[in-house]
Amino acid sequence: MTRRRLTELAIQLALLFGVAALVFWLAQNVAVNLKARNLASGFGFLDKTAGFQISQSLIAYSERSSYGRALLVGLLNTLLVSGVGVVFASLIGFAIGIARRAENALLAGLAAIYVETLRNIPLLLQLFFWYFAVLRPLPGPQEAIDLFGLGYLSNRGLQLCAGSCPVLGRFNFEGGIAIRPEFLALVVALSTYTAAFIAEIVRAGLAAVPRGQREAAEALGLSPRQTLWLVILPQALRVIIPPLAGQYLNLLKNSSLAVAIAFPDLVSVFAGTALSQSGQAIEIVAITMAIYLGLSLVTATAMNLYNRHITRGER
Amino acid sequence: MRGEHPWVPGTSPGTTSNMLGRLLALALFLLLSSGSPALAAEAPGDTLSLVRSRGYLLCGVSEGLAGFSSPDDAGNWQGLDADFCRALAAAVFGDAAKVRYTPLSGKVRFTALQTGEIDVLSRNTTFTLSRDAGLHLEFPATTYYDGQGFMVKKAAGVAHAAELSGASICVNQGTTTEQNVADYFRSHRMKYELVTFASSEETLAAYVAGRCDAYSTDLSGIYAQRLKLPDASQHVTLPEMISKEPLGPAVREGDDQWAGIVRWTHYAMLNAEELGITKANVDAMKDADNPEIRRLLGTEGDLGTALGLSPDWAYQIIRQLGNYGEIYARDLGDQSPLKIPRGMNALWRDGGLQYAPPVR
Amino acid sequence: MERLRNILFPNRLNGAITIAILALVLSAAPGVLRFLVLDAVFTGGVEACRAADGACWPFIGAKLGQFIYGYYPDDERWRVDLVFLLGVAGLAGLMIPRVPKKRLIAIIMASAYPILALWLLAAVPTKLWGGLLVTLIVSAAGTAGAFPLGILLALGRRSALPVIRYVSIAFIELWRGVPLVTVLFMASVMLPLFLPEGVTFDLLLRCIIGVTLFAGANMAEIIRGGLQAIPRGQYEAASALGLGYWQSMGLVILPQALRLVIPGLVGSIIALFKDTTLVLIVGLADFLGVIQRNLNDPAWSAPGTAATAYVFAALIFWLFCFGLSRYAKSLEREERR
Repeated sequence: MTRRRLTELAIQLALLFGVAALVFWLAQNVAVNLKARNLASGFGFLDKTAGFQISQSLIAYSERSSYGRALLVGLLNTLLVSGVGVVFASLIGFAIGIARRAENALLAGLAAIYVETLRNIPLLLQLFFWYFAVLRPLPGPQEAIDLFGLGYLSNRGLQLCAGSCPVLGRFNFEGGIAIRPEFLALVVALSTYTAAFIAEIVRAGLAAVPRGQREAAEALGLSPRQTLWLVILPQALRVIIPPLAGQYLNLLKNSSLAVAIAFPDLVSVFAGTALSQSGQAIEIVAITMAIYLGLSLVTATAMNLYNRHITRGER
Repeated sequence: MRGEHPWVPGTSPGTTSNMLGRLLALALFLLLSSGSPALAAEAPGDTLSLVRSRGYLLCGVSEGLAGFSSPDDAGNWQGLDADFCRALAAAVFGDAAKVRYTPLSGKVRFTALQTGEIDVLSRNTTFTLSRDAGLHLEFPATTYYDGQGFMVKKAAGVAHAAELSGASICVNQGTTTEQNVADYFRSHRMKYELVTFASSEETLAAYVAGRCDAYSTDLSGIYAQRLKLPDASQHVTLPEMISKEPLGPAVREGDDQWAGIVRWTHYAMLNAEELGITKANVDAMKDADNPEIRRLLGTEGDLGTALGLSPDWAYQIIRQLGNYGEIYARDLGDQSPLKIPRGMNALWRDGGLQYAPPVR
Repeated sequence: MERLRNILFPNRLNGAITIAILALVLSAAPGVLRFLVLDAVFTGGVEACRAADGACWPFIGAKLGQFIYGYYPDDERWRVDLVFLLGVAGLAGLMIPRVPKKRLIAIIMASAYPILALWLLAAVPTKLWGGLLVTLIVSAAGTAGAFPLGILLALGRRSALPVIRYVSIAFIELWRGVPLVTVLFMASVMLPLFLPEGVTFDLLLRCIIGVTLFAGANMAEIIRGGLQAIPRGQYEAASALGLGYWQSMGLVILPQALRLVIPGLVGSIIALFKDTTLVLIVGLADFLGVIQRNLNDPAWSAPGTAATAYVFAALIFWLFCFGLSRYAKSLEREERR
């Protein structure tokens, strides 16, 4: 074996030893600290009664439900907010990205202002703005804004007609679908913020399509709208999809800011309330991080498969 | 044949995996066999020695609740909970100033205690079964007996809690308040919307802005928050007390000595009030005829040593802080802006719940 | 006039769009103007703000000291000012192209300046630090830590040695795949459990560590892109010259790779600066955190206070971030020349 190979082996062994020693030292400290604090460990707490309420839940939940169920409620809320956010962010983002390349200078300028403004202000600040400066000062239910058949808007949220329209009780509206201001603020902030980034990606993707394509389409007699939908966008999408998936993932991770306005998402319910009630910090933070990692991996794998599918056709 | 320079991209290492694998396995085996005994169980922490060696007490308090723990303009912490930590420091060190305060949100308060970031949690925390048994905490003494109530805007025209069906209630997240509201509304079969916030400031601000119809917390908290309202006359406190809230300091389970010191700090202050010892007369009282007083102040007997403290532990508490009545009057009673009547917190012989075992 | 018409109304569709946009702007602008200027209160106290309908600028004026310095005592604020001035001078020296001796400035900024800054600021306990001071410290310390970490991880990820490669990949993907909020929770809540009994970390330090790990992983990916773009010839030429691994990396490869990804790196720094706002969630009072705490103070509650404060904060952040991105663009342009 050459000296170089020995050196390499030695380096790798040293790194492995170092990592293992570090993990070992940490685990030892944790064990000592847990014993000294008389803290339980293990995942058995997931079956215990949670004992706290969750204000918004897609599935049945009461304070007699288990921590495991609370985890599920938080996860579903995260997925709901992210899903709705992704839809709106894509719609707005594509619209603005296309608008940035419009012939109309005013439209392009406005789109540019949108992108440059929202990208350079922290998301948390935008979230606080929507929640505390826009939705909070709305009038109370007694003076709610009437949305002419669609529902009512007040500082208690959006009450939508679903079949029958909501009716004002003594304190709040009853009936219909209630969308609370925490959810509204989170969705609006996430959508508008991510849309700014998506707009840039769309713009870059459209710019990547050679100009010859548009000219050839025009020569073939296609209208501008047909050109956009049938020729430009499909080619642009190939460049857009990978970073777009990255932005969707960012939106999912950014939804964890819900903890700042007490919307019961995964972090707020599990790594927030459940953690302080049960005291099992390590297990809870580990599970939370594992869930996000899992979702990241799923997205990355889907993206890789899509990439392979797309580039399969290429020479 | 391997590439000349292993880090040039495009070349890959050859098949050294056998050799590597064996060497790695050996390394891991050596590592594990040398380290395994270290994960043995350790004795529970000895908080008193830790505090003594550090030289000051680490006291977890709220982020600002008038009457219990709130910083004044100079940054000094005032209130019943803050004074309790001072009393504890006086008992341990003989110097009430040897305290450092750590403001904690409701979310992290128990974790901070459990992980050793603080020695005692003095943060108007309610003593409950789940916290005692489930979180492995101990509540050695109840320094304040309280109950939960509601505050509503006068314009809502609500006179009793039973009229709150369908209302939105603002509460602090992760507290017994949340659970009590749930219990109350469920047992009265009333619908409600629970709106929770991480800090009490956010909760109050949301209530004032009209996000919810009622604000619920311990009645002492409502007294305190009313001081902050721009126009307190526009808000009314409902008469119902919907829960029992015994508030007091919390310590980690498994350290009986420390829990005992916390417990008897409170009892010393109660006994002092019972025996008529005040901050002003405590020096004179050292030579009193009453043997109970002499035992308490350390003139006779050796009770401090049993606790692990010096004989004048109680004397230091009263000399520097006063008895329970004096502390109460200063922080919550008629010498404070809150002016909360003694009520349940009067001494047992005056019809209240504060009862201390004898010092003997 | 003719040119203007051709730009704004080249055909009917665009003409309609122009009119629609103008209508939108004209209907929204007066409201914004009224709130920010016409109906706004500029002098007086909270009663004046409560009486009016517009922005409450006295709130900003009264609390500006706290927004910038946090709870740093008034008579010690000269320390913060001094550190800030020295930092700006150093950065200006690095950023303005015409200033000579950049290497010397960089070395001073990387070694002497942090120690001096820490020594000056540490006279006041860290729990009193807050506001823009904390935001800048977390950003600067986070960047200073993330940059070398990112380089190491990027190199490690491209290493031929499998152990190093997999450890680097695992490390990078772990911190990139989880939200920063969970990293901060982990740092602030769990770190005490990982350390021997009695050892505690300052909350500011815990947040800096969390931010560094997170940003380092992100920077690693950006730098890896740069490393990938360097042609193989460079690596081979460097080794042909007899340079070892670290010498080639330091003298030949990394300078080129880093120069390639400067826009990405600056973008990463901008993102880090924005992400520092998340520390308020774990209780550290940064710029936005101090503003939030003051907004919850009922002593200043008035209808326009929240919007005023957020617009002010947005402006400050926007100036920093937009300025940085413009600087990145100018660097990019210089590179291409």
